[in-house]
Parts: sequence; structure tokens; C-alpha cells
Amino acid sequence: MIGIIDYGRGNMSSVEAALKKSGYKFVNTDDIGILATCDGYILPGVGAFKDGMEDLAKRGLDAFLKEVAKTDKPVLGICLGMQLLFDYGEEHGGAKGLGLIKGQVKKLTTSFKIPHMGWNSLELKRESSLLSGIVSGDDFYFVHSFKVVPDDDSVVVATCEYGEEIVAVVECGKIFGAQFHPEKSSDKGLKIINNFGKLVERC
Amino acid sequence: MLKKRIIPCLDVKNGRVVKGTNFVDIRDAGDPVDLAKHYDKAGADELVFLDITASHEKRDTMIEVVRQTARDVYIPFTVGGGIKSIDDMRAILRAGADKVSINTPAILNKELITKGAEIFGSQCIVVAIDAKAKGDGSYEAYINGGRVNTGIDVFSWAKEVEKLGAGEILLTSMDRDGTKDGYDLELTRQVSELVGIPVIASGGVGSLEHLYEGLVKGKASAALAASIFHYGTYSVAEAKRFLIDKGVKVRW
Repeated sequence: MIGIIDYGRGNMSSVEAALKKSGYKFVNTDDIGILATCDGYILPGVGAFKDGMEDLAKRGLDAFLKEVAKTDKPVLGICLGMQLLFDYGEEHGGAKGLGLIKGQVKKLTTSFKIPHMGWNSLELKRESSLLSGIVSGDDFYFVHSFKVVPDDDSVVVATCEYGEEIVAVVECGKIFGAQFHPEKSSDKGLKIINNFGKLVERC
Repeated sequence: MLKKRIIPCLDVKNGRVVKGTNFVDIRDAGDPVDLAKHYDKAGADELVFLDITASHEKRDTMIEVVRQTARDVYIPFTVGGGIKSIDDMRAILRAGADKVSINTPAILNKELITKGAEIFGSQCIVVAIDAKAKGDGSYEAYINGGRVNTGIDVFSWAKEVEKLGAGEILLTSMDRDGTKDGYDLELTRQVSELVGIPVIASGGVGSLEHLYEGLVKGKASAALAASIFHYGTYSVAEAKRFLIDKGVKVRW
């Protein structure tokens, strides 16, 4: 069972639809008692870093996720959900993140149009079971104005190019993050959701 | 590298897809959910639903279309038409749309852009601008489905919506819409160069060359088209192959 962490950050229905299509069981809730019974988690979300952290904290989900990180249960952060996995975000005066992966979340510095919106191709930096079946050059749907800057480059699985190099996928132990939206990236995105489902099943 | 987007637009009336010529003479072109699924499989990068009669009729039909689409379509889609309040935005986004597009209410109540962006994020808020040439190189913004001239200058309005928090502009040339004469490239290029947010070119596509022109000469981030796709004149794949051959980067 995959737990979709519901912390009031918008559109969960597309993540649900993608999981349904992939045939995995899931529950979408902010109830820690129910979430505790799950084998893996998806942390979705759009919007601002600080608001996201506040909404997690209000529900005690920040502490919950920090506990999860000590177990073998896989976590996949998507878009803002990926950014929240890091130590600190500079948006709106700054806020502490979950600190599950070392690094910062910073404003894009590109001279290109912001938000970085649309389909961009990945460049794979290393092997990851999350990206099984995905090759460099495959396109995914991005919408964001901030980027993650990990302290340790070895967590970077894939990047994309947008006037600057943007970290697109990270993996740190059982903690995964995608800056793009796999649930909105058609067949190849569904493949990633499916890969994550397999990772959770193996636990 | 970021790709240029091809966006089929589905004008929806009473739960069915139609396409008007200069906003009159409407024909029926199919079921919106089936068409949306078809376009996802065919390689469309995004979809836009415009509920063209939403101001006069019940919204529930559209909400149901959105809900069904979100269940079966795995590319982003935008819904416009009849969205007048934060509650309307919430209903559409909750039903599963990724973005809402607003035109008339954005001009009548600018705060709706700012509030919407604050609550849902700028990336959810598309401001649609219906532009008509004055004949002296300037353009005026029209509302109410092109029936009312606001007298507002399109270029200053485009700058303002960016400042107010819009994440994208859907720019339609009223003069070209339905004509198949191609996008208004001068309008598209000027707005694209003026703002720091993506611009979707709309209105007038009759050939694949027009898509190319809008993306390259018009410098748009995305090209929106309806009838050339709905009536099978060209497939999305044909459009993309044409663009790739001309050196435009698109998702393939």
C-alpha cells in the first residue's frame, strides 16, 4: 500500500489516477495512523516551500516523514514534495525543510522564462531503479521556479538543461525525488510511477 | 532542453467539443474525454478545454468532463470559460485540472489573478487575452467571448497580468481566429518578448507552417490549434515531424 501524503497542497487526483492506472493500491490521507500502515509514500505538492512546510507541520506530517526516513520504506517527493526533502528553502524569507537530503532549494537563475514550464529532456547521471526503462533524452513535464542544490552530487540521478543545469531526479538511500511531474508526463511518467510502485512492493 | 509545446484546444459546449469560426458558426467535433485521451496517446503536450457557453449554462457538466479527463489523461490540461471566483477555480482544480484560464473576470477583477496565484500557485493561473488589432499597430483586449471591447491596450495588460501573478498567457488574435490564415505573428512576437512568462499563441492556424511561424517568428512557448487536429487535417505526429524537420525542438 502506497500512502499519498495529503497536506492540503492541491491536486492529488492526478497522482491517484496514475497509481490507479499502474494498478497499485494506495490511500490518500493526512491520518498518521493510516499512513503508518503503508509500505511507501508519495509526497506531491505545488506552491511555496514555506507554506508547504507549515502545512506538513500543522498535521504532524513533518515529524512522521522524518521517522519514515529511518526505516526502509521508500519515499518519492514530486515537484515541491521533492524540494521539501532538503534542508532549507530560500523562498519568502526562507524556511527549514525536512532535511532528509542534504542541500538547499534556490531560485532559478536562468535568463529564460520563469516558471520553467513544459517538457524537458533528462540527462541520466547514474543508474537508479526509479528510472528503469528511461533513457537520456526522454522528456518529462516540469513546472517550477525553484531548484534543489544538493550538497553531495552523488545523490543526483538525472539533470535537465534550462539555461542552467537543473537537478531533475535525486536518490539518497530510499528517499527519491523528481522535480518534474511523472503523473503528468504521459507513458514515460507512468513508467516512473510504476517503478516506484515496484520498489514499494519489494519492501 | 525545453521543448516547444503543441496544444490542441477543445471548445466545449454542453459537454461536447465544438469549434467556432470567428466565434459563430459552430460545428460538433466529438466527445471531450475521448478526444482528450486520443490526444494524450497521439503525443499532444498539453490540452486546453474552453467552456464557451459556461457563463450562461450550468457548470456541473464541465466539472464532470474535467473529472473524467483527469482519470484517463496523463498530460497537463487547462480549463477556461466561466471561471469567475476563487471557488470556481478550486472546483475545477479539485476535479483534476492543472490550470485554470480566465479572461473577462481577470479584467473586471484583477485581484482574482493575484489571489488565485497566492492560493493555488502562479503555475495554475493562465490569463487569456483576446486581442483585436486597432489598425495602428496597437491591439485592444476584448472580453465576453469577443463581444465587448475594453479599450485596454493588450501590451500593457500583458505586462500587468505578469506582475499580478499569472503564470502563463493564452494570447488569441480575434482577427485571425477561425480564418486559417495563421497566427498574428506581430502580436505574438511582441507579447512574447515583452513578458517573462510563457505565451501560448492562438487563433488562425490552418497549416503546419503556421505552427512553425508562431513558435519561431512569433517566439511563442506553445502553439494552440483546434480544427486542424479535430477534423483530421493533420495529426499531432505530423505536426511534430514537420517542426522537427524544420529544426524546432518538440517532444517526440
